[in-house]
Amino acid sequence: MIRALAALLIALLALPALAQDTMPPAPYAYNQLDDPRLEAEASALMHTLRCLKCQSQSIADSDAPMAGDMRHQVRARILAGESPDQIRSWLIERYGDYVSYEPEVSSTTWPLFAVPVLVILVVGGVLARRLGKRRDDVGERA
Amino acid sequence: MIAEIGLAALWLAAALAVLQMVSGVFALRAAEGEINPLAIYARPAAVVQAALAVLAFVMLLYAFAVTDLSIKLVASNSHSMKPFIYKITGTWGNHEGSMLLWVGVLALSGGMLAAFERRLPERTMGATLAVQGFVALGFYAFLLLSSNPFERLPVPAAEGSGLNPLLQDIGLAIHPPTLYAGYVGLSVAFSLAMGALLTREVNPAFARVMRPWVLGAWVLLTFGITAGSYWAYYELGWGGWWFWDPVENASLMPWLAATALMHSVSVLAARDALRTWTIMLGVLAFSMSMLGTFLVRSGVLTSVHAFAVDPERGAFILGLLGLYIGGAFTIFALRAGAVAEGKRFAVTSREGALVFNNVMLSAILAIVLLGTLYPLLTEAFDVRVSVGPPYFNPAAAIFAIPMFLVMAVGPLLRWRSDKPARIQFEMLLIAALVIGVIALVSFFGSYPFLPLLGLGLAAALGVAAFLPLRGRKLTRVPVATWGMVFAHFGVAVALFGMACEGAFSQERLAAVAPGGTEQIGDFAVTLESVAPVAGPNWTAIEARLAVRQDGGEPVMLNPQARSFWSPPQSTSESALLTKWNGQLYAVIGNQAEDGRWQIRLWWKPFVTFIWYGGLLIALGGILAIAGRVRVDLKRRVAVEKGAQRRADLDGLGGVPAPVPAE
Amino acid sequence: MRSRLILWVPLALFAFFAGLAGYMLTQDKDQFVESTMIGRPLPDFALDPAFEGLPGAAKADFGGEPKLLNIWASWCTPCIAEAPQLDALKAQGAQIIGIAIRDRPEDVARFLARYGNPYTRIGSDPISEVQLGIGSSGVPETFVIDGKGVIRYQHIGDIRPDDVPMLLAELEKAR
Repeated sequence: MIRALAALLIALLALPALAQDTMPPAPYAYNQLDDPRLEAEASALMHTLRCLKCQSQSIADSDAPMAGDMRHQVRARILAGESPDQIRSWLIERYGDYVSYEPEVSSTTWPLFAVPVLVILVVGGVLARRLGKRRDDVGERA
Repeated sequence: MIAEIGLAALWLAAALAVLQMVSGVFALRAAEGEINPLAIYARPAAVVQAALAVLAFVMLLYAFAVTDLSIKLVASNSHSMKPFIYKITGTWGNHEGSMLLWVGVLALSGGMLAAFERRLPERTMGATLAVQGFVALGFYAFLLLSSNPFERLPVPAAEGSGLNPLLQDIGLAIHPPTLYAGYVGLSVAFSLAMGALLTREVNPAFARVMRPWVLGAWVLLTFGITAGSYWAYYELGWGGWWFWDPVENASLMPWLAATALMHSVSVLAARDALRTWTIMLGVLAFSMSMLGTFLVRSGVLTSVHAFAVDPERGAFILGLLGLYIGGAFTIFALRAGAVAEGKRFAVTSREGALVFNNVMLSAILAIVLLGTLYPLLTEAFDVRVSVGPPYFNPAAAIFAIPMFLVMAVGPLLRWRSDKPARIQFEMLLIAALVIGVIALVSFFGSYPFLPLLGLGLAAALGVAAFLPLRGRKLTRVPVATWGMVFAHFGVAVALFGMACEGAFSQERLAAVAPGGTEQIGDFAVTLESVAPVAGPNWTAIEARLAVRQDGGEPVMLNPQARSFWSPPQSTSESALLTKWNGQLYAVIGNQAEDGRWQIRLWWKPFVTFIWYGGLLIALGGILAIAGRVRVDLKRRVAVEKGAQRRADLDGLGGVPAPVPAE
Repeated sequence: MRSRLILWVPLALFAFFAGLAGYMLTQDKDQFVESTMIGRPLPDFALDPAFEGLPGAAKADFGGEPKLLNIWASWCTPCIAEAPQLDALKAQGAQIIGIAIRDRPEDVARFLARYGNPYTRIGSDPISEVQLGIGSSGVPETFVIDGKGVIRYQHIGDIRPDDVPMLLAELEKAR
């Protein structure tokens, strides 16, 4: 009885797992390009594209079927002669900045670049204040 | 009964936290030299509270060990057929259990502080214990009101629903406890900083009390992050070791703050400088560990690392965060102006270098904080952006590179004031190493800029780490100095590993039929067979890979694709071949329609050095603690002996004894 | 005086963060990635039939009347839930062209036999190419395409009964 219940429970719990397709992955999802130079380009790009179905992973780090299909797109397009930047903008055109881990300066991302500049200025200021003016009065208050 | 004992212990501990807080406040308000009758309860309250909180945790540990399915937490996170070690570690593989572990360590460290720390003035100690009790009280309330780990089910479950398979790993036994202990150690540093700020006792004596706590917390954080990184590396199955994921950043930020704090507290202890800065970093370090807790558990950010999230609990933690950190920053703003400025120093001095690097560490912290929180900010305006490695790497490097350069020469400088000309040779050596290595490596191939620079810096740092020992008699070098040498050398080693992984990694993804061979680096990898295997709570397909290096004897690697049935989830278990100069990383994927298997292989030269470096850094910290504690004990014994001798001489009516040397 | 003000900076930064975090806690976490292709034409595509019963789908099929483009799959559980609503839309005059993602002909046929067939055409997209091309990030999703082949509206997730009038209105708007 308990065993039957347990089996039922397992079957019920296993249901969500059925919601996965059984199709083979796209040709270039798990296969590299023959040309090492092109593959390196594709790989570098894939590490900076976000898997849309995952929790904060790049498509180069994911087993999700959609990540596989995106890898296929990247490799196939690189092979067809597109540049990584073209492919990135092709995807951004479709999914917005969210799909790229490499923020570009835009109306929504400028603080990401302004703040580091501000930090550099603040750092410079702090260092100048703490270190700069002390040169002559060393040891004055031993 | 077990659950009820645990729950009762928690309530009692919460009550004692109130007593500790009130009593501590009375100690703080007592006049100099006066002993308030209510102030004497703070220390015993902290000690007993520690015992109770640890008891509560042990009770939960026991409930998980015997899989007591009448307890809701056990039923929803454990399974009777899980291997015993994962039953135990599963205690903190969930929200409530990990919070109880957190609170247990918090109370334990508070108890240790109360029991053993006798150097601080009573008023400062009272204020510190009051703050510590206040912090503990908040977390008890959090546990008891919103995350009760001991809640019973109306009807015991027939079977538990199991633990996330990604967590069923020895990593869970090491990574969270050390990380939590580190976070919590920072809470003691926070309480001490607040105590000193409230009583305006920010001085070297206070710094010497604070230093072992900061060092200890920092060692644990270093170790916890290193272990976590290695765990993610082999468990997630794609060979990545750091993803700049929000949860990872949440653990890195307290570490950055703690690293800065550790150096600054040393300056305060040795030179009585950087008073306000040390207090500020003490508050910041603990804020960052609480912020991490908030980000990880509230679900405001998405992360690859498994965590149960709940906005309601997030609100509770945010409330605590507001209370403690908002309160601390308010007191800081009101009081810090009144803390007298410490001793001064020149730009080119040990202090100057340390200040420079502390500012750089804080800047890196600011960048990581910005990159982590920025998606949250834009989501408030319904815009979604992603910030990842292509942002963090260069933005952090802007500040990390000058920091590494100053770190190479800083320990060679004298305290207070020094002339750059004195260390001319060393500076030339370091510059030559950086440029030479970069030139040499670029000669052999073209590599990305940051890893290349990393190689140059690693070489220079590796040599520079030992330069402070030059011209010294090695047997007479203090243990704490050895600690610094090891830790700095560890940074070089880790940097070397990161740079090599970034520059020289090779990847091979292929569909392989049984019997087929793939070549990667010097290795020929043959897929001999694929067979099903069964474990205690999973089944798997296992690939038998024969790895031959340069045609030598084969070594077997057996990566698996596991299917767990409770909860139903699959994981890929990578197989690693560790050589002295790197790791071969193998993963088996799906079977294609034509019967071939997807195999993923990586050859990662010197990747292990990342974690060896982390361990060296932690070891350096341990040596520093050992050295400091030894010196402190010696000093205490010397002072006691001196006092004894003086008393004896006084008794004899002789001449006053010389004061013992410090 | 200036140094006094600096001491308040940490508190100000913290208050800003706490306010932001508190606000975000009250917001529903947006799990979906919206397409940024709204208002733009469909990319060129021509997909093979997903099974023998219906023709495949191509960009050229989106002409004349506005139509619904339904991204779905036989292995997707929410797609079962939205099947009655697709039938209701069809009954009220909507033309629905389906794109089956990573699917097999026999599974498509079985699904349609069991849950009804609201489609006029179904293209097979075994490598999610068209799905990526229109900025869709999951199944099911439903797009409103006007007579010029321009994407006018995106509905993410399964269509609930209350969504039916809204989608009909969107179709009307696209006319």
